[in-house]
Amino acid sequence: MVQLILESLFNGIAIGSVLLIAALGLAIVFGLMGVINLAHGELMMLGAYSTYVTQLVFKLPALKPFYNSYVIVSLMVAFLVAAVVGILLERSIIRRLYGSPLETLLATWGVSLILQQFVRSVPLAYASGIIIALLIGLIVPLIVPHDLLSHRRNRLIKVGSLGGSVLVGLLSANWLSTSISRLGRASARNVDVTAPSWMRGGLDLWGITFPVTRLVIIVITIIAVISVTWFLKQSVWGMRIRAVTQNREMSECLGISTKKVDVLTFGIGSGLAGVAGVAVSLLGSVGPNVGGSYIVGCFMVVVLGGVGNLLGTIIASFAIGIMTDLIGAGRLLSIWPDMPSPLASTVDFFATTSMARVLVFALIVVFLQFRPSGLFPQKGRMVES
Amino acid sequence: MTLTKRLFIGLSSIALGASVTACGGGNQASGCPDCDAEVTVGILHSLSGTMAISESTLVDTEKMAIEEINAAGGIEVGGKKYEIKYIVEDGASDWPTFAEKSKKLISQDKVPVVFGGWTSASRKAMLPVYESKDAFLYYPIQYEAQECSNNIFYTGATPNQQSEPATEFMFKRSPAAGKPFFLVGSDYVFPRTSNTITKEQVKSLGGKVVGEDYLPLGNTEVAPIIAKIKKALPNGGVIINTLNGDQNVAFFKQIQDVGITPNNGYYVMSYSIAEEEISTIGPEFLAGHYGAWNYMMSINTAASRKFANNFKKRWGSDRVVADPQESAYNMVYLWKAAVEKAGTFDDNAVRTALVGVKFDAPQGPVEVMPNHHLSQTVRIGQITSQGQFKILESTNGPVLPQAWNQFEPSSKGYACDWTDSSKGERYRL
Repeated sequence: MVQLILESLFNGIAIGSVLLIAALGLAIVFGLMGVINLAHGELMMLGAYSTYVTQLVFKLPALKPFYNSYVIVSLMVAFLVAAVVGILLERSIIRRLYGSPLETLLATWGVSLILQQFVRSVPLAYASGIIIALLIGLIVPLIVPHDLLSHRRNRLIKVGSLGGSVLVGLLSANWLSTSISRLGRASARNVDVTAPSWMRGGLDLWGITFPVTRLVIIVITIIAVISVTWFLKQSVWGMRIRAVTQNREMSECLGISTKKVDVLTFGIGSGLAGVAGVAVSLLGSVGPNVGGSYIVGCFMVVVLGGVGNLLGTIIASFAIGIMTDLIGAGRLLSIWPDMPSPLASTVDFFATTSMARVLVFALIVVFLQFRPSGLFPQKGRMVES
Repeated sequence: MTLTKRLFIGLSSIALGASVTACGGGNQASGCPDCDAEVTVGILHSLSGTMAISESTLVDTEKMAIEEINAAGGIEVGGKKYEIKYIVEDGASDWPTFAEKSKKLISQDKVPVVFGGWTSASRKAMLPVYESKDAFLYYPIQYEAQECSNNIFYTGATPNQQSEPATEFMFKRSPAAGKPFFLVGSDYVFPRTSNTITKEQVKSLGGKVVGEDYLPLGNTEVAPIIAKIKKALPNGGVIINTLNGDQNVAFFKQIQDVGITPNNGYYVMSYSIAEEEISTIGPEFLAGHYGAWNYMMSINTAASRKFANNFKKRWGSDRVVADPQESAYNMVYLWKAAVEKAGTFDDNAVRTALVGVKFDAPQGPVEVMPNHHLSQTVRIGQITSQGQFKILESTNGPVLPQAWNQFEPSSKGYACDWTDSSKGERYRL
């Protein structure tokens, strides 16, 4: 009995933590900034593809000894890649659409289609080159000391860093496509990330098998949640983000650069989507459509938890995970075997994956009828509302 | 911010350049030097969208078959040699688009034949078009049958040419013989129909199906299904898998983690995993499990090796051939043979001539039957760690196709015969 409940709980948490890591970035972008970003799933996809590229780079002879640790490196790579693309997206498109949710929705949906087609028709080596160039282009102006930026030199440095980043991007694209021939061709086929050997198989405890991959994803999720909470509650920039969320004009009056805050918030939210992409790539295959299958679930979790509330997101995703497992795997029948027969047949009817999904969504819809703003509604006033 | 703006413009032009160079290549080969006329056929598969990955391999194979025929002197009709040209249309993984493009190929381009389709949904969408215009579609994929149109020619396997021998093998001669069955599939028409047949068959063999579950398309969360399998099959057993596309990757990666492996007595028999899918999923997850097909790349005959080598020569040494491609290859040659037998490109004459046409396919001899399906050899293979099938058994010669399934109660006792006007689509045996 204890074993049964433990196994069910673990399964629920495992499903929930995938939902949570996927929705965490959205909880920031949608929850704190109020931006409906339909390209969130595609940022996850970019994270998943970065895992694939990192894996192939670690298969090169020079890095082969460190192959077992590529997942840890790919977490950082995926965060950076998704964050850079997210920042670019914010600066070029979303910034102009603040306060008009419908237009944002349409524009980001368009971006999601563009990104999907991009990975289909551009070889991954060139895509990596572009991202590397963007990354350098964004970082160089940040690390150049401010006193160097006199009017004249400023121009010089800008041109220099532009040329330099394009050059490095081209060189790395070239290097990647020659040393890993698989990256040099465009392909619409799904690719596969293979977990290193230590992550395969399961851990047998108390007669239950815990798959190591799932355990790793749970750990990644916990670390991500803790660092996001710490960042928002303890750091200076976190405080600024919360201030801008609560009252944009007032924060601006107090000298907070809302533009910087927007970039940072969106960058972190997107970066977390990239981290989610790593987790997802360990479970299934990586393809242009991988993000699309998660986006609805992500929004559901954020809405159910209460927009703008991280704790709500956490509880909502575990609640959905545990419910999916309880209903879909027919756990209720094994926990309570001598259920009265009409009830038992009803439970049995819903004990398929398709019906469990229907039932979970139906329950969420009913719940939202009674609490339209989710589990933990945001108190106080939001500026945009 | 002007920096990032300029950077963006510069980089997008690089990206554009890269994508343009990436799309080159793939021109039609030299053609038929001593031909004195031309005939244009239609090719209709998805070149974009979800199905593009699978369906583009069929386009490659059909092009190769056409080029081979042209190089060997084209089609000879009425003393004239015809070079085959083709028009490729994109069905875009969207079923109404398949119907629309079919209309275009038939009415506007006036092609005598269309080679096309993959999913049952696309075939069902095209069927009314071909029936109303009395045109002819050649469809190359193994499917759930329960259909027999006068305007479609099916070169893929029917259930009695794939799933039924496979179920029998798993129940009688596999290492898990006699053990209970669990059925897993994607939630759409093919897996549900196929599993209805399997359930009836297992019952008549005296076995037990202890559970079944379907994953909604686009969903890759397989944890609840795995929990159910472990509960239903505590001591190993047979898992019949009709999952689709990338859901297979999630499934096989995760069952291995919880110990549902051949070593622990769990054997998966898959109906949608061929060499192409093995290389995508990774043979390390699939080794020891089973598959059933008419053609497997590891068939060691001259015809099979020639087919595989020609394909590699034409499209790249890392490419593989699989059963759907072989079906696509066969149908082009069967059409050629039927046209030459009829002595005309006219639809109705070719349709009549087609029945009884034989072809030495890469899988072995095949023959067109009166129900517009092919007689084919059935093979059961075990997946090796090299990503190929080790062929364990194959039927003694070709198996006759059944358009109407004999295990499914609603179609039991029926058959299809288009050569006899009193029988037609569905008659009682």
